[in-house]
This record gives sequence, C-alpha cells and structure tokens, in this order.
Amino acid sequence: MSLTLGHFLGLGAILFALSVTGIFLNRKNLIVLLMAIELMLLAVNMNFVAFSHYLGDMHGQVFVFFILTVAAAESAIGLAILVLLFRNRSSINVDEMNQLKG
Amino acid sequence: MDYQTGFFYFFAAVLLFAALRVVTARNPVHAVLYLMLAFSQAAAIWLILKAEFLGLTLVLVYLGAVMVLFLFVVMMLDIRIDGARAGFWQNVPLALGLGGLVAAELVAMLWTGFSNITPVAAAAVSGAAAKSNTHALGILLYTEYLYPIQAAAVILLVAMVAAIALTLRHRKDSKAINPSLQVHVRAKDRLVVVSMPATVTATSGSAVANPEGANK
Repeated sequence: MSLTLGHFLGLGAILFALSVTGIFLNRKNLIVLLMAIELMLLAVNMNFVAFSHYLGDMHGQVFVFFILTVAAAESAIGLAILVLLFRNRSSINVDEMNQLKG
Repeated sequence: MDYQTGFFYFFAAVLLFAALRVVTARNPVHAVLYLMLAFSQAAAIWLILKAEFLGLTLVLVYLGAVMVLFLFVVMMLDIRIDGARAGFWQNVPLALGLGGLVAAELVAMLWTGFSNITPVAAAAVSGAAAKSNTHALGILLYTEYLYPIQAAAVILLVAMVAAIALTLRHRKDSKAINPSLQVHVRAKDRLVVVSMPATVTATSGSAVANPEGANK
C-alpha cells in the first residue's frame, strides 16, 4: 500500500478539525487562539503541498510561499496587539475585551 | 507498505499528538513548544512530498522566527493560567462535536474523493522538468509571480513597521530632541534683546577701593 493523495488530505482535514476544536476549547485564552490559527494555516498549506505534488503543478507551492509570508506578518502584528493589550489591561482574557460593545 | 508510508504514519501521528497538546496544554509555554514540534513534523511530511524548499523554509521561518516570537511574548506576559482556563471543560462537548463534524466531513470528502490519484501521473511532469524543487520554485516566483512577490515584500515591511509602531513606548525622561522643532526655530525664539537705559554714573570709585583696604 503506497501513499495516495487521500492520506495527506485526510491528515490536513484532521489537523484542521483539531484546531477548530482548540478554538472552541480555549475561548478565553487569546494566545492559544493565535496558535490554533497557525495550526489551521498549516493544515491548509498541507493540502496545497499535497495537491501540488500529486498533480505535478508547482503553482500550489508558490501559493504556500505567499501564505507563509502573510501568516508571518499576521502573527507579528497579532502578537504586537496582544502585548499592547496586556500592557493596557494586564489581562488577555477575551471576555474582558468588550469596549467596542460588539 | 514501503518505508515512505511508514515514515508518513509516524510523522502524522506525532503531528496530530503535538497539535492535540497545543490546544489542551495547561501552560502556554508548553503549548508553544508543542507547536514547534508540530511544525517540525509538518516540515518532514513536506519533505516526503518533495517540497524541499518549503519544508526548510517552514523550519527556518516558523521554528526559527515566528515560534521564537511567540515564546518571547508568552514568557513576557504574566498570564494567570487559572483565569485563562476558566470554562475549559464546559466547552468540551461543543468543541468535540464541531471538531468531529468538521473532521468527518472533510475526511469523507477528501480522502474518499481523491484517494485514487497516485503520483505515477505526476512523476512524468516533475521528471520532465529535471530541476530541483528550489530551482523550479525560484523560476516561477521571479518570472510569473514577480509582482505578487513584490507585494508580499511590502506586506512584510508594513507588518514590521506596524509591529514596531504598536509596541513603541516613549519614555517620560527621554532627552531626545524633535528635529522638526529644531529646524523651525527662529532667532527671536532663542534670543531676547532687553533694552536697558545706560544710566549708571561713574561715581562709585570708593566701592572698588574698599576691598583693598580690608585686605590690608
């Protein structure tokens, strides 16, 4: 039994579902939420790389490259906002962030 | 079952275990360390998929830079774990239900729908190129995706400036000068000419002589 595309897609799907579970579990902890988002991006990238390999198309890997770039920028800005938030409120509890009345 | 399949199952098992520990770890520092483990396993799986450049980029950029950034932030913030974990067990049924639903749907769609595609068809394409993965990716990036890669560079620059500007803190006792104010200064702001009438008469010659007499 050799590896098929389904193996990698299944792995990506389980990883994505685990991160969704993590978002629901850690609804109070902002930093674990950011980590779960990183895991989701990893699962999506896994799908891109798997399709790129099995269909013989390099464009999928280029797309993963751009996703990595944007994800790095997103986590840098997200962590900066987190530091700023902790400095002002001395807490990263999501429930206490209700100033915008959203 | 060839050795590639065995390695795939090993890396996948470690990856899923690490991902599970990321979302259930009590200590955020442990969560970050497990996230690093997960990313390293994903890089190994990408090497199985012959995406060498992206696998090594994942190790360098994610394990080397982004995860260290996470670790810095987690260690810098003094997080009260008990407050952050409140309501953790209340959400378990909802989380498991939704996660199981997402996993079941995606696996049913993807695993069954694409399981008949084998890399035999793809081997002809990648073999015909006869270039390394990095070479092929580089050619594609710098010809067809030239403008998108410039935009990506600008995004990184914007992220850097934004992160610095957000966390920059001005000290109260800073002696730094404002160059704009310095350039715009005028002579009349700095120099005040006070007009004083010259009315002092030269009659106080004895006032100078008096200290001399005291010395003697």
